[in-house]
Amino acid sequence: MSFLKKMKEKLTGTSESETVSKKFKDGLSKTRTQFTSKVNDLVAKYRKVDEDFFEELEDLLLQADVGVETVMELMDSLRFEVQRKNMKDTAGIQSVISEKLVEIYETGEEELNELLIQDNGLTVILFVGVNGVGKTTSIGKLAHRLKQQGKTVMLAAGDTFRAGAIEQLQVWGDRVGVEVIKQSEGSDPAAVMYDAVRSAKSRGVNVLICDTAGRLQNKVNLMKELQKIHKVLEREVPGAPHEVLLALDATTGQNAMIQAQAFKEATNVTGIVLTKLDGTAKGGIVLAIRNKLHIPVKFVGLGEQMDDLQPFDTEKYVYGLFAEGLEQEEGNDFKN
Amino acid sequence: MAFEGLAERLQGTIQRIKGKGKVSEADVKEMMKEVRFALIEADVNLKVVKEFVKKVSERAVGVDVMKSLTPGQQVIKIVKDELTQLMGGEQSSIQFASKPPTIIMMVGLQGAGKTTTTGKLANIIRKKYNRNPLLVAADIYRPAAIQQLETIGKQLSLPVFSMGIDVSPVEIVRQALEKAKEDHNDVIIIDTAGRLHIDEKLMQELKDITSIKQPDEVFLVVDAMTGQDAVNVAQSFNETVGITGVILTKLDGDTRGGAALSIRSVAGKPIKFVGMGEKMDALESFHPERMASRILGMGDMLSLIEKAQENVDVEKAKELEEKFRTQSFTFDDFIEQMNQVKKMGPLEDIIKMLPGAGKIKGLENAKVDEKQMVRVEAIIYAMTPHEKTTPSIINSSRKKRIAKGSGTSIQDINRLLKQFEDMKKMMKQMSSNMQQQKGKKKMKMPGLDSLFK
Ligand SMILES: Nc1nc2c(ncn2[C@@H]2O[C@H](COP(=O)(O)OP(=O)(O)OP(=O)(O)O)[C@@H](O)[C@H]2O)c(=O)[nH]1
Ligand SMILES: Nc1nc2c(ncn2[C@@H]2O[C@H](COP(=O)(O)OP(=O)(O)OP(=O)(O)O)[C@@H](O)[C@H]2O)c(=O)[nH]1
Ligand SMILES: [Mg+2]
Ligand SMILES: [Mg+2]
Repeated sequence: MSFLKKMKEKLTGTSESETVSKKFKDGLSKTRTQFTSKVNDLVAKYRKVDEDFFEELEDLLLQADVGVETVMELMDSLRFEVQRKNMKDTAGIQSVISEKLVEIYETGEEELNELLIQDNGLTVILFVGVNGVGKTTSIGKLAHRLKQQGKTVMLAAGDTFRAGAIEQLQVWGDRVGVEVIKQSEGSDPAAVMYDAVRSAKSRGVNVLICDTAGRLQNKVNLMKELQKIHKVLEREVPGAPHEVLLALDATTGQNAMIQAQAFKEATNVTGIVLTKLDGTAKGGIVLAIRNKLHIPVKFVGLGEQMDDLQPFDTEKYVYGLFAEGLEQEEGNDFKN
Repeated sequence: MAFEGLAERLQGTIQRIKGKGKVSEADVKEMMKEVRFALIEADVNLKVVKEFVKKVSERAVGVDVMKSLTPGQQVIKIVKDELTQLMGGEQSSIQFASKPPTIIMMVGLQGAGKTTTTGKLANIIRKKYNRNPLLVAADIYRPAAIQQLETIGKQLSLPVFSMGIDVSPVEIVRQALEKAKEDHNDVIIIDTAGRLHIDEKLMQELKDITSIKQPDEVFLVVDAMTGQDAVNVAQSFNETVGITGVILTKLDGDTRGGAALSIRSVAGKPIKFVGMGEKMDALESFHPERMASRILGMGDMLSLIEKAQENVDVEKAKELEEKFRTQSFTFDDFIEQMNQVKKMGPLEDIIKMLPGAGKIKGLENAKVDEKQMVRVEAIIYAMTPHEKTTPSIINSSRKKRIAKGSGTSIQDINRLLKQFEDMKKMMKQMSSNMQQQKGKKKMKMPGLDSLFK
């Protein structure tokens, strides 16, 4: 369902959206309060809610890579709400903005940020994505995280193509202290997966995380190869892969939407790991991806070290989309 | 969800302008709004877009658009020309030192493609310039970065200098220079670790490396899929280290690559190469014009427009359009139209150039029957002037005469008459559709209608 449709439904008060609204209020957690108060600060800089205000907000979101379509939908719904409530000055608009921004992401869907780890038996997690986005690094970090949670973890070196890929995963395995199942460079990745699943089963580990080679989504053969890998896992473990995580680089612009679509088609992606958020890029396209393709972000990458992986926090993220930009613009021509 | 190209985006406005016969400033403004959106969707930075649009509007308002084939296409052409120009000339030359060794340093964000491109570049330098490069492994941070470069070196049979991960990159480069002297390597290419442009410590490290000896080339390696942030990256790297050129990687994907324009306009440095794959031979020189078309999402649309402009008589095209609208289209016009299209080259080629044509099933193998066209011409030439303007008078005796005169059969003539009627109906429908959906941009085959009239 489109964001706008959801919005309208919400405003006319249908049952589904009532729960959203209720959830929103109930969930006014500490982070939410912090978030809202930050939006307060931000809005307090304006006296009037006028076109200049909307235009600045629009620009900030576009510069966060949110994308034209989503930004326009959001601005429409904000304008609509402001008009409906006849808001003239900025008092009161803060809650509207924060609500809308979070809603464009959540749109009433269940919180799916948690990984689906099986209570019994082997959980298989497959990493996919284009070249250089941070798959292998995120696998290292996730293995560390799961291990800290008391799980036993094994890694599968499914990138048999790129120079040094197997060695890279092995270094991560050593760092974290988990076993890496690998074959030689150039071998069939599906065969590596088969091997890995067998080892994981016989060792009785909780989680097997599979690395794959980076591939651009428009390479038909490579996408087929990925489907083959997927099939092997499916066949060897019931319900596997339990998670298919798409690594997306926060620096990536609008092409990320096409990536998400293509990888979802090929492997039924269950979640996104948004990497490199420690830079200045915002990866705003994940709003549109969530909105259109219903793929949630599960983790964010915040650096190159083992513990630089955090669960996704919608409020924090959404605020970050425009807050810094706003602060930067301050003192420039922002206010008038 | 592919994004609409500029041509598609402009359809709505173009249709309306056609009806009005005069382009107002408001029309240009509206078209520029579409240009703005198209560029943002192509990942050109917003600030760069704003500047660009301002510049193009000025040109577009002043231009004598009515003389052109269609005003919309003229605007597209202005946009593309301006883009191409902004992106600079074709430059794939490497600046070599007058006194060897030439030092090339690769810098950029994490995962951009520095290490891979180091290998590709070395390959070109050896093959094309006949030099003897040494690869230097100065990334001591990323797990197995050294092994990666060593594997690449092995693949290419090129030497790699490394000192493990316990020696500082500055020291590694210092010793690499010594080694190059000893081994008579006339080019050294330094692979540095990926780093964030806001990481002061690591940015300082790059400065320290350049202070040993200023590199002849500092290439900023940028992922073609980069979004709005490209300007910050290019600006920071340029200010801190002083880049001399840009290499755009992963252009074998389906990204529009608007980052190219962003980088070019903030750093002002030439884009020298583009990465077109993971293999070691996938490095090509940069073509600004191709890049401009790509950013605008236009396939070869522009060459098609240019062809049309070279070959189609604008005044005649306008007359024809008028005839469609008033339903006074005759067989003479039919022939005229066929000739105009023929002048543009083989139909198959023209179809291939249409954006979106590749997605239409079966069209990729479309063969236009040139023999059939010859037959049609013959039939029309065998008609009397009255028959050409009023085909309804063609009865069976007239058909017999025409068949004899053109060396065709009655069936051929019937077929053509039917086609002609169908075509008129279609034209009528199309022009009324266009009236209805003015302002909308939902034409099925963008540009097709205006190109063939
Ligand atoms: N700053 C930062 N760097 C990251 C993050 N995640 C990964 N990286 C870096 O990005 C680069 C590429 O990461 P990889 O894990 O090799 O990416 P990949 O997707 O496995 O790459 P391929 O296998 O070549 O497709 C490395 O230098 C990583 O250290 C992050 O969250 N923040
Ligand atoms: N399809 C495609 N992939 C590329 C291209 N250039 C590099 N890659 C891939 O992108 C990924 C990252 O490349 P690297 O050379 O490791 O990138 P890097 O900048 O050295 O990464 P760090 O050292 O971690 O910062 C690898 O999977 C490469 O194979 C290209 O032009 N096309
Ligand atoms: Mg990898
Ligand atoms: Mg590297």
